[in-house]
Amino acid sequence: MEKKILFLQGNEACVEGALYAGLDFFAGYPITPSTEIAEQMSFRLPKIGGKFIQMEDEISSVCAIIGASLAGHKVMTATSGPGFSLMQEALGYAIMTEIPCVIVNVQRGGPSTGLPTSVSQGDVNQARWGTHGDHAIIALTASNHQDVFLMTVEAFNLAETYRTPVILLFDEVVAHMRERLVVPEKDEVSLVHRLRTSVKEGVDYHPYLPREDGRLPMSDFGGVHRYNVTGLFHDMWGFPSSNPGVVQGLLRHLMDKINNNTNRINRFKKYDLDDAEVVLISYGSSARSALHVVQNRRPRGERLGLLELQTLWPFPFDVVRDVCRNARFVLVVEMNMGQALQSVKLAVDEPGKVFLANRIDGSFITPTDIRNVLRVIQGKGV
Amino acid sequence: MPVKDYIRERFFPHLWCPGCGHGIVLNALIRAIEKLGLSKNEIAMVSGIGCSSRISGYVDFHTLHTIHGRALAFATGLKLGLPSLNVIVPMGDGDALAIGGNHFIHAARRNIEMTAIIMNNRIYGMTGGQYSPLSGYGTMATTAPFSNIDHDFDVVDLSIAAGATFVARTTTFHVHQLIDILQQAILHEGFSVVEVLSQCPTYFGRKNKMGSAADMMTHYKDQTTPIGSKAKKENPALIERGVFVQKEMPEYCKEYDKIIERAMGRSESTPIS
Amino acid sequence: MAKPKLKEHVINLDWCKGCGICIAFCPKSVLELDEKEKVVVARAKDCICCQLCELRCPDLAIKVEME
Repeated sequence: MEKKILFLQGNEACVEGALYAGLDFFAGYPITPSTEIAEQMSFRLPKIGGKFIQMEDEISSVCAIIGASLAGHKVMTATSGPGFSLMQEALGYAIMTEIPCVIVNVQRGGPSTGLPTSVSQGDVNQARWGTHGDHAIIALTASNHQDVFLMTVEAFNLAETYRTPVILLFDEVVAHMRERLVVPEKDEVSLVHRLRTSVKEGVDYHPYLPREDGRLPMSDFGGVHRYNVTGLFHDMWGFPSSNPGVVQGLLRHLMDKINNNTNRINRFKKYDLDDAEVVLISYGSSARSALHVVQNRRPRGERLGLLELQTLWPFPFDVVRDVCRNARFVLVVEMNMGQALQSVKLAVDEPGKVFLANRIDGSFITPTDIRNVLRVIQGKGV
Repeated sequence: MPVKDYIRERFFPHLWCPGCGHGIVLNALIRAIEKLGLSKNEIAMVSGIGCSSRISGYVDFHTLHTIHGRALAFATGLKLGLPSLNVIVPMGDGDALAIGGNHFIHAARRNIEMTAIIMNNRIYGMTGGQYSPLSGYGTMATTAPFSNIDHDFDVVDLSIAAGATFVARTTTFHVHQLIDILQQAILHEGFSVVEVLSQCPTYFGRKNKMGSAADMMTHYKDQTTPIGSKAKKENPALIERGVFVQKEMPEYCKEYDKIIERAMGRSESTPIS
Repeated sequence: MAKPKLKEHVINLDWCKGCGICIAFCPKSVLELDEKEKVVVARAKDCICCQLCELRCPDLAIKVEME
């Protein structure tokens, strides 16, 4: 069978990935530069018997998908920075109640209304720390449409595996750029389906009692098990508890289920890193320019390599430390004031050798921008 | 089934204060559901935050205790995701009409089938007695120590304007009417609103010198009247009780089913106009 | 239809908070508060089984059982 090859926007590649993963419920509110996702969903979902609803704002959008997830659906919403800010309280609710969902944030320039139609990667830390209280989070990103597709599928798989919200942090360039997508055939990419409880009717079901492997089987609302879901600290039945042991146990569980599986959750790509003197670290669309620099300078004998991050949270500290160990310089390439830079500095043994190549003006960072910074670091002048 | 079969007995006595009207709403709701003969598995209760929202913890249904003001948004996703569920959304003044006011009018506008119960006690009880959008001009609250200058919403007028297809009001004194209205609201195929005047003797009552819980309920008896009564004509200040609106309109989930049919019946390249 | 006949008032003293609503609105003054501020049946024979105490109890603490 011939593969289905499409020429489309990154936002559309995200839709393809979500549908491939089994998405059947989407709620959203239009916001540039993510709107194409909602538009596509409104067209595609009813064709497969799925549901689309345009809610009154981003808050209700994320709340609606959490509700629909409890009804047994694979769910997603999509937004941009301002809308993502509005979603933070409910994001914390989904973390606390362990309800799988996927939230796409196509980043634009900020703060506030910022630069709606321009590129930025300024929400890396918002994705990590936007909601209140201690918590762990999974955030994925991608630099090209094939990876947008795969990371979207991955987001659904991780959401189901760990019963947690997963954030897809795309950026305006990837979202609006058009390029090729080869849609994988059915079963070519493995999918994680909802793990439902095997507990029979009439037997006590514990929605918040992890199995030995750490996973928590779910029971759909409307089914034979009636239980409580609350954003309050709760016991294994889902009922509120302020018992210090229960509180501490739940918080540790919420952190550990993600952080202890960092190596399983981490996705990244390595380019020419084995002998690299200068290690570039980048993600999203800026990784395209970084890769161009590496591929352009290698033939001229410059030992450059690139680590492209696809999992931003939990941050892959071990991977970063490893690839930077023998580097003279590390150059973080991103379109913000150094949000991944902070984590890279924490990861490496010598933070002094870590530098930043960035753009924060709404313009896409070019290979020339990166090379100019490289020349300064290497003492060659601009 | 007896009342105790609908509740999670181990959490009783409940956390509400002595004389709190919310317990009477819980009491009436259970009886309404019992009279309708609904199975517990087909009912989902979605609530927000506040005194009123704790009702969901006490009933043996599928219960979703969410965040402040957003109960209707969660409920919308749950209902559209599983339209066979009977979704009941009890809310307080804040959940329904302050932080949650926008979701309220939009849920009404969509006419999505669910029952919104607004337990109107004219105060924020959980946080200790601050004024709400239902307190009204001239009332006292911990954040209105010199008297409240905010005017209140008329929940019934607001609901009708927003497009709710079933709108009713009663009080915790009028328990038979309350049970009857709740039954009608649950059966209604569309967005139904039931405003229940529910006393808060601890904060609203004390701050406004309304006396005991029973005194406040007596006030409900004296200050309300059936819709269109002679008493209302003679004393326009009386608050009307009863079913104000009950009409048939296309219901959201059923309409979406039609969208699915239309979408499935067309080729991929033809946009739905 | 025959008049309902009282069997007993079942009062859950653990749940009763002594708010007095049942007492205030009992048409036959059947109920009273005891010294512990819990409701007690003082005049059971006067009960007409209207169940208003049961329906208005915010604590679900009263059940009027009939024969």
